[in-house]
Amino acid sequence: MTPGESATRAEVCAVACAEAWRGDGEVMASPFGTIPAIGARLARLTFAPDLVLTDGEAALMANTPAVSARRGELVLEAWMPYRRVFDVVWSGRRHIMMMASQVDRFGNQNLSAIGDWARPKAQLIGVRGAPGNSVNHTTSYWVPAHSPRSFVEHVDMVCGVGYDRAAAAGPAATRFHEVRVVVSNLGVFDFDTPDHAMRLRSVHPGVGVDDVVAATGFALVLPDPVPVTRAPTVDELELVREVLDPRRARDKEVPS
Amino acid sequence: MGDKRASLEEMVGELRDGMTVGFGGWGSRRKPMAAVRAVLRSGVRDLTVVAYGGPDVGVLCAAGRVRKVVYGFVTLDSIALDPHFRTARQQGSVEAMEVDEGMFYLGLAAAAQRLPFLPTRAGLGSDVLRVNPGLRTVVSPYDDAEELVAMPALRLDAAFVHVNRADTHGNGQVLGPDPFFDDLFLGAADRRFVTAEKVVEPGGLLDHGPIQSVTVTRLLTDAVAEAPGGAHFTSCPPDYERDEGFQKRYASAAADPEAWAAFDARYLGVDDAGYRAAVDEDAADVDAGGGGA
Repeated sequence: MTPGESATRAEVCAVACAEAWRGDGEVMASPFGTIPAIGARLARLTFAPDLVLTDGEAALMANTPAVSARRGELVLEAWMPYRRVFDVVWSGRRHIMMMASQVDRFGNQNLSAIGDWARPKAQLIGVRGAPGNSVNHTTSYWVPAHSPRSFVEHVDMVCGVGYDRAAAAGPAATRFHEVRVVVSNLGVFDFDTPDHAMRLRSVHPGVGVDDVVAATGFALVLPDPVPVTRAPTVDELELVREVLDPRRARDKEVPS
Repeated sequence: MGDKRASLEEMVGELRDGMTVGFGGWGSRRKPMAAVRAVLRSGVRDLTVVAYGGPDVGVLCAAGRVRKVVYGFVTLDSIALDPHFRTARQQGSVEAMEVDEGMFYLGLAAAAQRLPFLPTRAGLGSDVLRVNPGLRTVVSPYDDAEELVAMPALRLDAAFVHVNRADTHGNGQVLGPDPFFDDLFLGAADRRFVTAEKVVEPGGLLDHGPIQSVTVTRLLTDAVAEAPGGAHFTSCPPDYERDEGFQKRYASAAADPEAWAAFDARYLGVDDAGYRAAVDEDAADVDAGGGGA
């Protein structure tokens, strides 16, 4: 049995998230969600050792402990209160992976409200820092439950700015704009197409292209053939299982 | 130098219906909750609430005192969404100005610097500009000619922040890891109110922490009140962490008018001493194995 066959879907997703930060060098990786948090830590422990990680409070972590680590297990290296995070955001030395309640064909993201914003069907958390993040530094998204309700033709409220909206807003919006990848429980998606429409970059092992197409509320660009997301290596699986997530929090986000 | 000590009642006595009021802290962290409850007792209404929103927003919305909320998010941290705020938005009972949280920071900074606006990339291309039609852009007067968002100053009639320690002159000290944006809320406001876990004599703050922890100077303060437990049930490290059990009861009470009425009567319909007595009683119940989760 190869490692890929023994890896769970959650573990494949963690490695796919880690891959988002490959080649970024010394930037602040800001993962939201359990599996992106595992992914960012895995990237730092393997192919992206210069990544900077926060403790989720007001500091940067020198060590790379489990996502379930208690505060006493953290070794801190610098102060990063909320106000200083904006210095990092606006300087561009950051690659965030946010969650998206909705994401659309051109990488616009919504985490503010479902329905008409003026009187929403469902009020969510608010735009948070998504507008500023997306036009200042590299942004990726994580969608743990891929469905036609999360992958939509048009998001109800553009929080994170996609390629079409950035272009319409002009050079000040496109200058530092990059939506790198969207990782879901079904596959990995990017915007490496002539008009920056979302492309299926790879399907996770065991997922059919038809499954992805059926779960997506717009027409994806489909390469032929569609690659399969790479399997975790033996070392990566050991890091995820033994070091980064021994309590299997990842299974709650993406059940096997 | 003046002694700025005042009571919570004296502070909120300066508020009027329709005012714009800022609250410091962030999410469910170091929120001036004793001041929020005093605002409820004062009876003022039609407030515009400006906050990195947590239960301050939720409590005031649930009590029907809010006309408008200015925010980038409203969250309880360990509970992602504040159900009271959600209900107010979904019923259309409050107006909203929702902006990027960096825009929010610049709005406070502009007000504190007495500027009409500060420029930023944040907001460009997003629906923040669509849902806030009053927002304008500005073109750089230099060769780049970039068109940026002009985030308007968020002027406040009054601001409340809660810190770990303060002195009688109104210097404030944050002993936890994050000072948040409290000094900017005060700088943006006409009337500036600080509550503290403990108020000490002038010069005494350095017995509690290093000079860098005194992030609020008396230049930013009109009145200071001692309010032990004044951030409860939000976190106020190192004095106390968030009361997660209490926060769960606060959130779940939103689902049921009867549960909210009981919560309101027990915790909000009482003065500060009554609130603390009720919280102490809850803690005793939990210790005795009689309650809590």
